[in-house]
Amino acid sequence: MLSKRIIACLDVDAGRVVKGVQFVNLRDAGDPAELARAHAEAGADEIVMLDITATSDERKTLIETVRRTARQIFVPFTVGGGIRTMEDAAHIFDCGADKVSINSAAIANPPLIEQIAGRFGSQAVVVAIDAKREDAAVNDAEVYIAGGRKRAGKKAVTWAREAEDRGAGEILLTSMDRDGTGSGFDCELTAAVAGAVSIPVIASGGAGSVQHFLEVFLKGKADAALAASIFHFDPSDSGPHAVGELKQALAGSGIPVRWPC
Amino acid sequence: MIAIVDYGAGNISSVKKALESLAADAEVTADPQVIAAATKLVVPGVGHFSRCASLNRLREPVLEAISAGKPFLGICVGMQWLFQGSTESPETPGAGLFAGECSRFHSVVKSPHVGWNQVELRSASRLLSGIADRTFVYYTHSYRAPVVGETTACTEYGGKFSAAVERDNVFGVQFHPEKSGPAGLRILENFCAL
Repeated sequence: MLSKRIIACLDVDAGRVVKGVQFVNLRDAGDPAELARAHAEAGADEIVMLDITATSDERKTLIETVRRTARQIFVPFTVGGGIRTMEDAAHIFDCGADKVSINSAAIANPPLIEQIAGRFGSQAVVVAIDAKREDAAVNDAEVYIAGGRKRAGKKAVTWAREAEDRGAGEILLTSMDRDGTGSGFDCELTAAVAGAVSIPVIASGGAGSVQHFLEVFLKGKADAALAASIFHFDPSDSGPHAVGELKQALAGSGIPVRWPC
Repeated sequence: MIAIVDYGAGNISSVKKALESLAADAEVTADPQVIAAATKLVVPGVGHFSRCASLNRLREPVLEAISAGKPFLGICVGMQWLFQGSTESPETPGAGLFAGECSRFHSVVKSPHVGWNQVELRSASRLLSGIADRTFVYYTHSYRAPVVGETTACTEYGGKFSAAVERDNVFGVQFHPEKSGPAGLRILENFCAL
């Protein structure tokens, strides 16, 4: 049976893994390559690395970090942040990434999705959507770009469908309302997007407990769930083998997961 | 030396990295002479079957190597190429070493099939030696090969399809061993040890 994926996300700033609460209060959490490897060995089904600053001078650091990380992991590896052109994407693939995640650039230039998919295949293109609902209905959730600073003027559900039509292979849906809060995924929003597209949807934002993962797979209809901080900062046991414990618990609750790995 | 045949279908660096981690001597090439000099061939691939048109330009040296008994491993589209063709690109012929045609998943399941799914072992396999039944491996594809006599493992996703095929020195896997964690590395190690 096709399993539900648990994806470990590394938010990287200037070559170090950091994690903020709703995009601020960054804390240093270690070396990206080492952490990626530890997560993969602990049972993460996939590694996502997001360059959260992506200024031009930090670009070279990222490239080196991607290269170093890709050499060490043998599970799918996605890189996002600051990818604006086909050349940027090609460079990231050259460094050993399997997929690129594009967000602001896909909004600014939607044909970029087609271009990357046309050359590298749809399986290599993840379109990341940062959505904010506040009190609105799910279908009115707004897309934000530029690290959550700017409204894109699109609805998340419609944009997900357009991204699929243009050749996206997966949608990485982040609830900005929940991101970093540990209060659970936005299952309603995830289910709305998952129901609107036929490509896999990765839920992100709000993971805080095993129960949250159960809910996002059962109620949210997510194909995969992504988390960062709970894997780095689990207070009971700060080690990455928290991924393994999570999968064990999910397997015990009847969720198909790759466990033992 | 293992020749990783580069026909512009991407994913080459992942396969090379994985083989290098096993201390294998692997070279990415599109040169018929290098292919002829290799002791083993790997044809990786993701994406569209139409890419096999460029692989068909290397058809002769690749098929010669296979006839000479050199171990051959096709991955994903590289495995699909071993069949007669694919409805994804009817004008592009496959190598025709295995009977049947690759086709799209039925609309009852989400397509592409992305993620970790289990292999059901069907018969003894040199490539899958040491791999337990129901092991999870990583897939990403929209088309799949039928189950044939040479299918050594299949996977269930809206019906069964060939996860692995094997006949003499010719091997194919639909999943990505280079992305399938320890199980995938074990499979590549088995191939290197042939």
